[in-house]
Amino acid sequence: MSAATDIIEQFVTTEYQYGFVTDVEVDTVPAGLNEGVIRLLSSKKNEPEFMLEWRLRAYRHWLTMKEPQWANIHHLPIDYQAISYYSAPKSQSSQPKSLAEVEPELLKTYQKLGIPLREQERLAGVAVDAVFDSVSVATTFRAQLAKLGILFCSFSEAVREHPELVRKHLGSVVPYRDNFFAALNAAVFSDGSFCYIPAGVRCPMELSTYFRINAANTGQFERTLIVAEPGSYVSYLEGCTAPMRDTNQLHAAVVELVALDNAEIKYSTVQNWYPGDKEGRGGIYNFVTKRGLAKGVNSKISWTQVETGSAITWKYPSVILQGDNSTGEFYSVAVTNNYQQADTGAKMIHLGKNTRSTIVSKGISAGHGQNSYRGLVKILKSAGGARNFSRCDSLLLGNQCGAHTFPYLEVKNPTAQVEHEACTSKIGEDQIFYFNQRGISTQDAVNMIVNGYCKDVFRHLPMEFAVEAQKLLGVSLEGSVG
Amino acid sequence: MSLLVLDRLSAGIPGKPILKGINLRVNAGEVHAIMGPNGSGKSTLAQVLAGRPEYEITGGTARYDGKDLLAMSPEERAREGVFLAFQYPVELPGVNGPYFLKAALNAIRKHRGLEPLDAMDFLGFIQEKMKVLELDASLLNRSVNEGFSGGEKKRNEIFQMAVLEPKLAILDETDSGLDIDALKVVAAGVNQLRSPDQAQLVITHYQRLLNYLVPDYVHVLFDGRLVKSGGPELALELEERGYDWITKPAAVSPELVTA
Repeated sequence: MSAATDIIEQFVTTEYQYGFVTDVEVDTVPAGLNEGVIRLLSSKKNEPEFMLEWRLRAYRHWLTMKEPQWANIHHLPIDYQAISYYSAPKSQSSQPKSLAEVEPELLKTYQKLGIPLREQERLAGVAVDAVFDSVSVATTFRAQLAKLGILFCSFSEAVREHPELVRKHLGSVVPYRDNFFAALNAAVFSDGSFCYIPAGVRCPMELSTYFRINAANTGQFERTLIVAEPGSYVSYLEGCTAPMRDTNQLHAAVVELVALDNAEIKYSTVQNWYPGDKEGRGGIYNFVTKRGLAKGVNSKISWTQVETGSAITWKYPSVILQGDNSTGEFYSVAVTNNYQQADTGAKMIHLGKNTRSTIVSKGISAGHGQNSYRGLVKILKSAGGARNFSRCDSLLLGNQCGAHTFPYLEVKNPTAQVEHEACTSKIGEDQIFYFNQRGISTQDAVNMIVNGYCKDVFRHLPMEFAVEAQKLLGVSLEGSVG
Repeated sequence: MSLLVLDRLSAGIPGKPILKGINLRVNAGEVHAIMGPNGSGKSTLAQVLAGRPEYEITGGTARYDGKDLLAMSPEERAREGVFLAFQYPVELPGVNGPYFLKAALNAIRKHRGLEPLDAMDFLGFIQEKMKVLELDASLLNRSVNEGFSGGEKKRNEIFQMAVLEPKLAILDETDSGLDIDALKVVAAGVNQLRSPDQAQLVITHYQRLLNYLVPDYVHVLFDGRLVKSGGPELALELEERGYDWITKPAAVSPELVTA
């Protein structure tokens, strides 16, 4: 084996930086799932009757469903009765009204993760909803946002305080019947974020949710709902981490976005759940349903994601382009290193006239990682003049990893234009040598090549996130090339 | 002290010896031309000196600036001032030209205990160098070598050399693929870099380049050995008579020489 391959091997071996555990007293529901657990969960959250009924309908439907088997991933069967469906720090049961009332240990956790909630309050620019296991710990900047009529709070709070809005939109984009994991989420989701941007308002700061799994043997099932009324704009960021544990943990989230006439939602994710160790032990199973409904004319929904974590990623952010002239975008970098597996891509469903969609997917495989792009572009008869452009690239670092592409195209309107480009590349030893001959180390060379490869995606991330994402990529691929 | 001393340097790829005992001494301030027919080992010599990992050193030594060159990694050699202008420059899609060059320059500066140049200083610095090589500014906004013509790639190599200011510059068939005008520009760029502290090893198949880059010494490499050395007049003689008179087995056979 050549020296270059050795360095590629080394390049992927940096330790996960967010693997610590926070020691707090928790209120955890015993493992197992039945109607009693769902009722208990709903009552802990003081939910209105309609929520409980919806959860129970979802649960009963879930019982009739089977876990999907079509994805290009392999794992031991998940025992849904061995998971605890609710875990929350005890101190949160009194529902603190302000950051001053939040348990210091929790604030310290976010500080360690680089999300200082207290300071964040003073720093203009990003409002944060911090979700710890099953509950939201704190949401910053709420008062300022409220002046503009923007609602940004935890999902539980939205259910209690804005039931009419939740009732109107919940499940309107991802119905509980949609798929196995969406049904499970609907039955047991614990918390998440809710944003509502009133008509004509341009949200002046980035809204973000930071998800943290802490407890062992629990699942995290959060649900996010963003509604952008006509003529409004919001940019939303999502970050995630979890402790290092030997066992796999399930994360099954649902995100629903609704954009009305001339509204725009930009949704960015930096997903860094614990990916498991070098031998493939532990890590998060990430089964997520993310979908946006571009409902109004000229509406726009864009997904940007950088996925470096999780043992398994199963996720296909989608846009339903219902409004005429609406736009859907998907920009993704997905990294699989060690024994990580990703089956991810996008779906663009064109219903309205002159709708436009773009998919740019950049997969990076290293170690024994398996990276699959799976995407669907569907142009219905009603979508005259629809256009799609897809580009799916794969970059292989080393020779034990894999890249796979499964594009699906369904075009029912002859006036549609669909383009698909794909390319697979390897970092060549001659490229590495060229860098070395100019004095640049192999590690830096790989970072430069990988960042160059990802730049079409990174430029769609908000500035601070883009810097964060570049660093994250460097860390998750460290030691993987040579 | 000599900048580069090769003593019976032998190297090849596994199972195939290519360099079979090269002896060469290069002092600072000198320009040496290495000529020879195709397949004689010219490019291998360039790659071995730069530390390409595919080649295996099978014997002999190489000392550079008083240090053991062969013990250094390719990036250490570069930081110590060894520069190879590639015969076939590699394309680096997505890697921005100035970004690449700034990383290279700052890696070398760091090695020499100098402060890194910031973006503004760096830009001013490279604009000077670009003028010398009549390099089109638009090349800088592209990925390194991506979609460059053959001539643009070669010019870009010399531009990088001008920026990195090496002590030992190895030019591997820099003239191939250049038309006469481009050749003059490249040669002018290389000549500007000549200094008493710097040495150049110019590898070429044809004498043409040596009209513009006048060497102090010319060596003929054949079958992995330097079989003849001389002054610039040797290059002219090779141009006229070809290589046969040197490379024919009879010519190098010691028995016949002494006979």
